[in-house]
Amino acid sequence: MSADSAAEPSDPVAARSVQLREQAEFRALRRSFVRFIAPLTALFLLWYLAYVVIAGLAPGLFAVRLGGSYITVGLLFGLGQFVTTFGITMLYRWWADRRYDPRAAALRAQMEAGLSGREQEGSR
Amino acid sequence: MSSEINPVINMIVFAAFVALTLVIVFRVSRRRTSAAEFYTGNRSFTGSQNGIAISGDYLSAASFLGICGAIAVAGYDGFLYSIGFLVAWLVALLLVAELLRNTGRFTMADVLSFRLRQRPVRMAAALATLAVCFFYLIAQMAGAGGLVALLLGLSGPLATGATVAVVGALMILYVIVGGMKGTTWVQIIKAVLLVCGVGVLCIWSLALVGFDLSALLGRAVEASPKGEAILAPGLRYPNPVDFLSLGLALVLGTAGLPHVLMRFYTVPSAKEARRSVVWAIWIIGVFYLFTLVLGYAAAAFVGPEVLADPRTPGGENAAAPLLALHLGGPVLMAVISAVAFATILAVVAGLAITAATSFAHDVYASVIRKGLEDPDEEVRIARWTVVVIGLLAIVGGIVAQGQNVAFLVALAFAVAASANLPTILFSLFWRRFNTSGAVWSMYGGLISCVLLIVLSPAVSGTPKSMFPDVDFHVFPLSNPGIVSIPLAFLLGVIGTLLGRPEPDHEVRAAEMEVRSFTGAGAEAAGEH
Repeated sequence: MSADSAAEPSDPVAARSVQLREQAEFRALRRSFVRFIAPLTALFLLWYLAYVVIAGLAPGLFAVRLGGSYITVGLLFGLGQFVTTFGITMLYRWWADRRYDPRAAALRAQMEAGLSGREQEGSR
Repeated sequence: MSSEINPVINMIVFAAFVALTLVIVFRVSRRRTSAAEFYTGNRSFTGSQNGIAISGDYLSAASFLGICGAIAVAGYDGFLYSIGFLVAWLVALLLVAELLRNTGRFTMADVLSFRLRQRPVRMAAALATLAVCFFYLIAQMAGAGGLVALLLGLSGPLATGATVAVVGALMILYVIVGGMKGTTWVQIIKAVLLVCGVGVLCIWSLALVGFDLSALLGRAVEASPKGEAILAPGLRYPNPVDFLSLGLALVLGTAGLPHVLMRFYTVPSAKEARRSVVWAIWIIGVFYLFTLVLGYAAAAFVGPEVLADPRTPGGENAAAPLLALHLGGPVLMAVISAVAFATILAVVAGLAITAATSFAHDVYASVIRKGLEDPDEEVRIARWTVVVIGLLAIVGGIVAQGQNVAFLVALAFAVAASANLPTILFSLFWRRFNTSGAVWSMYGGLISCVLLIVLSPAVSGTPKSMFPDVDFHVFPLSNPGIVSIPLAFLLGVIGTLLGRPEPDHEVRAAEMEVRSFTGAGAEAAGEH
């Protein structure tokens, strides 16, 4: 249970990590991650910031009531944040389970074939 | 109002709760504890169990008492807290949780020292962790003091001070006996109770107005001296920059909270870490929808004037318990308050254990003893750290009495977003990032954030400040996020460009990248 062993450079993955990183499969895996995650992250952060900025600069817009009810535009905007959060969560889960995991698992098995016994025990 | 409060019923329900949770902690922790078990419960929790426990960690007094109170008094501005607290989970889910699980062991510093020089990085990360935990604990203590004072029908600084002392003592007992495994079970039980309790209050409130949300909002508008203004932003944060600063701290804070990060290591794999976060997002999201209803219901049925009255123990933090009193009388209030108290106790335990782990594992074992191996000694130090943290939190809780708990927690979020998040993201996604960048970013973010909090109106100069009688506030915003978070990112870049990479920089960075994206060699469930 050494606190430092993860950082020991004598580890086989560490020794081969530079080659592993340049491997075509690994680069493709990383690229697929970035391609999926980056736009999604930009989307939810911008949507959230837009919400906060509109609330701060144009509270009058958020105060507009819908018809004769006390439901306001601001309330719908706020609930919209809940809807997008739930939506993105499930979309990510679907993508990670179906698209990312199988590729990562195959690559991991391949990499760990070069690992020592101790490391393999720890990683089932 | 206080004539309806029945301290006897309250205390019976209360004592039953505390006893029940303590029994559970004792039962699950009978076996001898190894370091891995004390810190991570042997990574033996399933995704759904862990997800419920994450919700338990996250839904603190701030989410329940603080947000309800903020919505009841300030209307829409309180809603921002819920939205920020929820959307923040997407940062954790998409960018942080699984990659950290693949590289980490016990603490955030373990992950950072994967590719950076250990000692300076561990020291900085541990200090940041202690600072976040401290601000977070103060908020919980302030909430607990007000809550129990309200329950017992007491008010005044002496009674609340005594309450805070009792909470501190219980917390110390919890953590010392239970460790992570004990607190995880407490979190699971408490999360279920809290969501159910809040759900009942929500449905009950809506039933009174014929399940018509618009009618409930109408009642709240009638009851509020501010009228329709409670349906729009701007009551509490008329300055848009203040609003934006708070919003930034909320959305970027979660993924840097050390006690949340630790929960990604209590599961056997990255996939289970993902499942945990998905579960947590659903539970937390539904909970915040309930609190939106509760906040406006408290405005409608209890009235903002009662909550803003300084004679009400706990101030606006008392909105949810007083709503329960209005709806179901003293028994319901006792039950809801007991749930709130269990919430605070559990969160406090989670925070204390994080702070203890960080000090024992990162500062004591790695920096002071220079990596000397003695797990028993480490656990002993961790337990003493809990005692010290408990005492500090008691003092802080007494000073922060009467402030909105969600507001206080937002300060902890600002510290987490400034000191931790930039370094976590850089070390996961930027190959060139090095030790000097991490040290600049962590210390720069931590110091600027804490300094701006000290110089803000939250601490001095206004009637609602921690020290209302003195005035040394020179920073106008009540949350420092908009300054300290970009500054910490910037310092991370500057420090990296100016610093020299370590001789083995390339290998370490590559190793971290390979491991974090594939999970190769990640630690699975323990066999101890």
